[in-house]
Amino acid sequence: MPERPLTPEQITRRRFLEKLCIGLSGVCAAILGIPLVGFVVAPIFRKTTGKWISVGKITDFEIGKTVSVTVTDPSPLPWAGITAKSALWLRRINDAEFIGFSVNCTHLGCPVRWLPDADLFMCPCHGGVYYSDGTVAAGPPPKPLIRYDVRTADGQVQIKTMATPITTTL
Amino acid sequence: MKRLIIGSWRWLDDRLGISALIGPSLKHLVPHDARWWYVFGSATLVAFIVQVVTGVALAFSYASSSSQAYETLQFITNQAPFGRFLRGMHYFGASAMVLMVGAHMAQTFLFGSYKYPREMNWTTGVLLLAFTIVMGFTGQLLRWDQTAAWSVVVAAEQAGRVPFIGDFLAQFILGGTTIGGATLSRFFAIHVFIMPALIFLFIGIHLMLVLRHGIAEPPVAGMVVDPATYRAEYEERMHKTGRPFWPEGAWRDFVFGTGVLVVIALLSYFVGPPKLDAPPDPSVLNADPRPDWYLLWAFALLALIPPEVEGYVMILAPVIIGIVLLAAPILNNRGERAPSRRPWSIAVVLLSVIMIGSLWIAGANSPWSPNFDPPPLPEKVVGATSGPVFTGAKAFRDRGCLNCHLIDGYGGRRGPDLTYVGDKLSESDIVIRIVNGGVNMPAFGKSLPPEQLAQITAFLQSRKRPIRPQDQSPVAQN
Repeated sequence: MPERPLTPEQITRRRFLEKLCIGLSGVCAAILGIPLVGFVVAPIFRKTTGKWISVGKITDFEIGKTVSVTVTDPSPLPWAGITAKSALWLRRINDAEFIGFSVNCTHLGCPVRWLPDADLFMCPCHGGVYYSDGTVAAGPPPKPLIRYDVRTADGQVQIKTMATPITTTL
Repeated sequence: MKRLIIGSWRWLDDRLGISALIGPSLKHLVPHDARWWYVFGSATLVAFIVQVVTGVALAFSYASSSSQAYETLQFITNQAPFGRFLRGMHYFGASAMVLMVGAHMAQTFLFGSYKYPREMNWTTGVLLLAFTIVMGFTGQLLRWDQTAAWSVVVAAEQAGRVPFIGDFLAQFILGGTTIGGATLSRFFAIHVFIMPALIFLFIGIHLMLVLRHGIAEPPVAGMVVDPATYRAEYEERMHKTGRPFWPEGAWRDFVFGTGVLVVIALLSYFVGPPKLDAPPDPSVLNADPRPDWYLLWAFALLALIPPEVEGYVMILAPVIIGIVLLAAPILNNRGERAPSRRPWSIAVVLLSVIMIGSLWIAGANSPWSPNFDPPPLPEKVVGATSGPVFTGAKAFRDRGCLNCHLIDGYGGRRGPDLTYVGDKLSESDIVIRIVNGGVNMPAFGKSLPPEQLAQITAFLQSRKRPIRPQDQSPVAQN
């Protein structure tokens, strides 16, 4: 059946109805989309504050030695299980001074291993090597091992938990 | 009875329109000479179907919780009936999909099938390639063993290299500031919901385009693509010599697809799924994270990029490769299709295969990784049981030198093989090198006491090629 010619009224009515449908779709997309994006992206904006955790008695640690200590995330999600655990390398410099090294290689985050006889940290992934003070000895890492804040209190050695260090470019 | 069935079918077909819908697709005409080179696209689809079916099955038992995923995987692998087999199918299906998608891409590229009017077939295909690789990565991650946990950190660190928003991207990947309860579930959502939805969508578009433009005829030297006349020429060609897709075009797809499926099944049964690594405990530091084979080339690349340009390469290389791949049909959508008239296309495919292949081999060997626990050098290699050479050999191992250097096949391959270094370097060369280090070698000057340095030097100086009796002249006896 051939279309009857449209009156100007009908044309404006159709244009309005088209715009109405598209506009309402936009509203639906917003109602669904804003919570979706917000929920998925939320972790980016959660600020974590570091907490001081005891990792042992001062007398537990020998001067001049680097050992690994395990810490548990102080407020993990309940279903994190063993992934709430992490470790750091703790070196005792003298009576009162400690350094805590992040285990994450500054290249791409693999866990570095301390080799006590060689006096070096070595990364298994891409060949990074660090000296006992965390500076880069060889390989692709761009900067020294990140250090934790360490303090002593009441005969205990304490470290302040921190985010996984991410090496950035700009 | 037979009339009842036929009657029911006729009724359903009338109401549902099944034969009207798929009849033309099944019977559409395809080139009579499109034969075995054309099976890789459908083989990729077969592999994808394997993934979906086995993936759904695995999801019946897998719990995507950071604390429980590992145990559910152990249950699936060791206790659930067919569990080991299904895990194997899912792993070898993934491998098959990567291989087939690469073969399909190489074949369509070499045959110039991306040219007019099939440019968007190519474009949707490139996107599907990217999705496949993402699925491979996130799939290994879902194994949520020790390797998987560290692979998330490595991914976050790579994302962290993106300028300005790197930190945000890294936290998005981790689901927070560290690995934890939020990390695994987001990758489950990506691997099971978001990426498959995209893949389904783009496979649909890709197949719709194949139907729209028809299967590209095998190229012939001299038969050029001219957008002004191609469609009419193709129609006429199909009209004259085309065969219906079902069954004359499709039977080879069925044969090869079944072959792929049988190989996947055999490998799953006899070889089995990848072993689960240790549990995903980030406090266990004796880890050796490696990607599954299809990403070993990327692993090698990350180790071998010169550190000064690493950040740029990590971010820009995928972007540039993506742009080049997507731009191929725009740059060159007409003219010759035959590879014999397009030597550059052959060179590109060959070079790509050689480059990725070499990186694969390098990634599998990973000589840059230190040998963390080399056995002590045996007496016959050291050649002494006392004295400075003997103590030097012991210090050579204890001080970590053997982690990176080879002596007579023992040790690591990060640094040069020192089996016969006594022939090449003088004593002062050796001392200078040990004290100051080298390109990828630490300086041991501060950590080695002088007596140990002397012993190690004595040991290395003793590393000389044995003199053959026939080389000794009668006079040179002193």
